[in-house]
Amino acid sequence: MSAAANPVRQAVLWLNDPLNWTNPGGILDRLGEHLTISALAVALGCLVAWPVGLWLGHAGRGGGLVVLVSNATLAIPTLALLTILPLTFLGFGRTPVVVALAVFAVPPLLANAYTGVRQADAEARDAARGMGLSGGQVLRRVELPLAVPYLAAGFRTAAVQVIATAALASFVNGGGLGEIIRTGFGLSIAAGGGQILAGGVLVAGLALLAELLLGIVERLVTPRPLRRGRQRAGLPRPADATGRA
Amino acid sequence: MSFRLSYRADPGNPWFSWQYVRDNSDTIVAALREHASLTGRAVLIAVLIALPLSVLAYWVRPLAGPILGVTGVIYTIPSLALFAFIAPYLGTGTTTVLVGLVLYALLLIVRNVVAGLNQVPPDVREAAEGMGYGRWRRLFRIDLPLAIPGILTGLRLATVSTVALVTVGVLVGHGGLGQLIFAGFQNNLYKAEIMTGTLLCVALAVLLDLLLVLIGRLVTPWSARGAR
Repeated sequence: MSAAANPVRQAVLWLNDPLNWTNPGGILDRLGEHLTISALAVALGCLVAWPVGLWLGHAGRGGGLVVLVSNATLAIPTLALLTILPLTFLGFGRTPVVVALAVFAVPPLLANAYTGVRQADAEARDAARGMGLSGGQVLRRVELPLAVPYLAAGFRTAAVQVIATAALASFVNGGGLGEIIRTGFGLSIAAGGGQILAGGVLVAGLALLAELLLGIVERLVTPRPLRRGRQRAGLPRPADATGRA
Repeated sequence: MSFRLSYRADPGNPWFSWQYVRDNSDTIVAALREHASLTGRAVLIAVLIALPLSVLAYWVRPLAGPILGVTGVIYTIPSLALFAFIAPYLGTGTTTVLVGLVLYALLLIVRNVVAGLNQVPPDVREAAEGMGYGRWRRLFRIDLPLAIPGILTGLRLATVSTVALVTVGVLVGHGGLGQLIFAGFQNNLYKAEIMTGTLLCVALAVLLDLLLVLIGRLVTPWSARGAR
């Protein structure tokens, strides 16, 4: 086939075949798996990281811990965690994949929750205390609302990162869109080049789409006065420095 | 005990085994060396591309947005997808892995160098201009030295995340220690092999990070007097 010489044409042909979309294990199946795994992992990450981050920020302690967690997870290869977790009591299947991805979702969620509470205006906090609010009430009524833009930013970073990382679940037969790429590599580059490229387009497209949509969500939940100051400052958000898989 | 260790020799399949390390030291050292070399080359190439790009973004304000934007989009692309884009053209080999790694390291370095350059106090800049420093002389004598902390932060982040990312390269031919991790997984879930690969990976990341911190201390003797 002359198409083998041109991976782009091969990829377009592959994507144009409706059976590649609807077959069992086709694109739609893989997309469903990918989104399910990612959603579960982000949810698990939020469940763990947000309460801890908010509480640490409220107590004003544990800044070092937050940095340590971020740095430690940066150094752990995703591939290692994905292969090690199934060997533990978690067993094979979806659980270890979700847990592994959740581990990589924690640092941005944690760091942003912590920073969000920390940056809350000290005067607002003192005023709330002066009004007789208890510690828990200050956290819930003052610090938490002020931290919402940061929580949203952390959520976006974490979600995009998890969606990107979920592609690697295919290494351990965990499903997801990465399987399309892996199957292509299994066919050798000459025969599977088109499928490899098509899988890459799908995975990258999903990640970029998630980044775009969640970026819009982030803007929507950020009160207008807070938007411009942070953008003009041009500073990377605290959690931006987390790893990539 | 001098029998050759194959994956069946130890029925216990422990998490870590010195015997495995001893019997396979050649493979392990080769994987470690490949890992370190891939990391080093990727970060080096990324620095060589990132520094001029950052200076460009610093000098020509209108270009800052596009440069940071494009590197940001590349950074959003999942590693597996990036390797999938490159592999059909460059095949499976070191080049494909390197290109992917360099593209990722770029953003981390560019963003931190630009931030570092922008942090140079305006009065220092003006003082240099007043002393008759030209654009290039100011860059090398004032701006870049003062941006070293930012440059170093970018280098450290890029190095540590590259070490972790090299493992993904196993799918496109060369993954350094990732080969041990992946082989162990396929080799009847041989835990000792997986664990050795992982531990060496983390150790390499920590070691390189410490090395960069040390270099940073040496090249910025003035910062030792500061708060840190």
